[in-house]
Amino acid sequence: MEKEGLGLEITELRLGLPGGSAPILVDKNEKKRVFSDISGDLDNSSTDWKLTQTKNQTVGWPPVCSYRRKNNFQEKDRLETSKMYVKVSMDGAPFLRKVDLSMHKGYSDLAEALEKLFDCFGIGESLKDMENSEQVPIYEDKDGDWMLMGDVPWEMFIESCKRLRIMKRSEAKGFGLQPKGSDHKGNSKDVAK
Amino acid sequence: MLTMMNYFPDEVLEHVFDFVTSHRDRNAVSLVCKLWYNVERFRRQQVFIGNCYAISPERLIARFPGVKALTLKGKPHFADFNLVPHDWGGYVQPWIEALARSRIGLEELRLKRMVVSDESLDVLSRSFTNFKSLVLVSCEGFTTDGLAAIAANCRFLRELDLQENEIEEKKNHWLCCFPDSCTSLVSLNFACLKEINLAALERLVARNPNLKGLKLNRAVPLEALQRILMRAPQLVDLGTGSFVLDRDPDDFETYRKLRATILKCRSIRNLSGFLEAAPRCLPAIYPICLNLSYAAGINGSELIKLIRLCGKLQRLWILDCIGDEGLEVVASTCKDLQELRVFPCHPVGAGHAAVTETGLVAISSGCPKLNSLLYYCQQMTNAALIAVAKNCPNFIRFTLCLDPINPDPVTMQPLDEGFGAIVRSSKRLQRLSLSGLFTERVFLYIGMYAEQLEMLSIAFAGESDKGMLYVLNGCKKLRKLEIRDSSFGDMALLRDVGKYETMRSLWMSSCDVTLGGCKTVAKKMPRLNVEIINENDRMKFAHEDNQKVEKMYLYRTLVGPREDAPEFVWTLEKLLFTPGGLLEDQ
Repeated sequence: MEKEGLGLEITELRLGLPGGSAPILVDKNEKKRVFSDISGDLDNSSTDWKLTQTKNQTVGWPPVCSYRRKNNFQEKDRLETSKMYVKVSMDGAPFLRKVDLSMHKGYSDLAEALEKLFDCFGIGESLKDMENSEQVPIYEDKDGDWMLMGDVPWEMFIESCKRLRIMKRSEAKGFGLQPKGSDHKGNSKDVAK
Repeated sequence: MLTMMNYFPDEVLEHVFDFVTSHRDRNAVSLVCKLWYNVERFRRQQVFIGNCYAISPERLIARFPGVKALTLKGKPHFADFNLVPHDWGGYVQPWIEALARSRIGLEELRLKRMVVSDESLDVLSRSFTNFKSLVLVSCEGFTTDGLAAIAANCRFLRELDLQENEIEEKKNHWLCCFPDSCTSLVSLNFACLKEINLAALERLVARNPNLKGLKLNRAVPLEALQRILMRAPQLVDLGTGSFVLDRDPDDFETYRKLRATILKCRSIRNLSGFLEAAPRCLPAIYPICLNLSYAAGINGSELIKLIRLCGKLQRLWILDCIGDEGLEVVASTCKDLQELRVFPCHPVGAGHAAVTETGLVAISSGCPKLNSLLYYCQQMTNAALIAVAKNCPNFIRFTLCLDPINPDPVTMQPLDEGFGAIVRSSKRLQRLSLSGLFTERVFLYIGMYAEQLEMLSIAFAGESDKGMLYVLNGCKKLRKLEIRDSSFGDMALLRDVGKYETMRSLWMSSCDVTLGGCKTVAKKMPRLNVEIINENDRMKFAHEDNQKVEKMYLYRTLVGPREDAPEFVWTLEKLLFTPGGLLEDQ
């Protein structure tokens, strides 16, 4: 595969920066921009030359034009943080609150936040053990129906949830919600405790 | 032989030449003999100038008095990645002024990476009565006042296409400046603007029944889109703006209307936009997503659902959060795919790998017609590239953006063999971008096999100057070479300076070329402009010949050093040959 006249001297393979002789990161020329380690980053052991978001970040890398940088990167961040505030009412509480659903990763995360908001316990547990919990978190979906929280996948829930209500168990029976593990008449089945 | 050709009346030659449309063919025709040169030049209507500093407007006008459509490009490509300082140049003003003073009947102007001022747009709008088409790509320097002038004064405007420009938006409603008599629009793209006057837009669409292409911006909400589509069911290219609805129950009515309206738009062939999109609105576009080109705002499972319906997709631009699984869906659905661009979601490789070599291999095996690829990923293997090369021998463009100096993670080898396989199998490859870890071997392969290569981008190449020599020596059709952060130095630069006159330009930044080396090129080649950009060291640059230059850009030109260079750009010809110039000729 050698062209005539051009000796194929494959120089010794060095994993070093241009101009450097040692296979480590060396800032040989102040004008050259170098990569720097993320201090304390031991997650990726394959190579030391990872690009970082520190001020030593290489200019113009990755090569994405500035128009696309502004639109893509902000877009993703924007989408991820686009606000989804819904009202939350709790039976017995005098005031309603608002919570941003987009700030939470899942049901348990949301339950924890609600517990903090209303200074109460039991919402998180109610998701696992509906039958025995004091509180029943329900939500109104886009069709106007009141649904038990936790049945559908999280993404589907945050898309359709219009508002939340934390109901007392005693109210729930009258409301017509079927707790898990009950028969259709609303009687509790025997469940191993 | 020549005497026989002279028996053809000029009219016959003209008629024949009219069938020759590509720039290169026309250029070739003009080189045959003086007669053909003269006949051809009076008939040439479309002129392409790849570097606005290679020639002057006066010479353009003198040679092609019949020019109607002009394309001009300004800044070097690496300006896209902030490697070229802001005031470097590329001004369109002198061109427009010269054309305006002449009797040229300009009808179409296409500019890329140029600095355009409001004044230029104003002069343009007033000087050419038949002006029909303005396309601005990656330009800057103007405001919506300039757009207002175009709207108001170009009575026969057919196309206004603004792609990825930086435009300062003023409080004026430039869209209102289109007079009521403007009914000739065929294509309008303002996706890069942030605001728009909705009422004016709807009225404009209503009175332009020939509108085929419309690309909206984020300020156009779903309700307005529905009304616009009602008035323009003939659209072929559609770029949506914002594709979300609020959580208002009434919006379901809007959504329903939109679905119904879209079903009436039977001509839509190309779809883009979706700068933000709510998943529950997307089913409305299922009937028309034939050629989804760019959907930064659609992600995850919604995007997959959409793609499963796009069996005829030819061009797809997406973000890497589609993941390898998403690419596998593309591979199994889009058998006609020709162009794929996968952009990064996050600014820097933020730990998680969104797409890997697996996705690329899947695409290559499912989409054998693929000829244009732009792929950002964090790792790549030789085996994957070899498989891709085997599956897809038709690449014209192959741009891979890997983390620099990353070897094949499986074998820890450089990616020479992988890229070598690509250039060997894709015989029509015209544009290549290298990244990752490679040695000079890859350049040997490129020099040997990439016979049609016109543009090569190299970043973070180590090793010796041999690599650059292999390329300069082997790639006979090379036009643009751009190199950053690589260890090529004077030896490579100076080996064959005549080569640079056969190319459009050479860019080298953060390499090992020295001031002395650049001066040598400048002295030997009077028809090259050798420009040094030294932003950081304006005062400290020691004028020592062995000092490395930060950025060098050289290009062939027929008009000598440019007069509009800023103070941090040193054109060596000027400095060397001007008496008392900054750099004494030693």
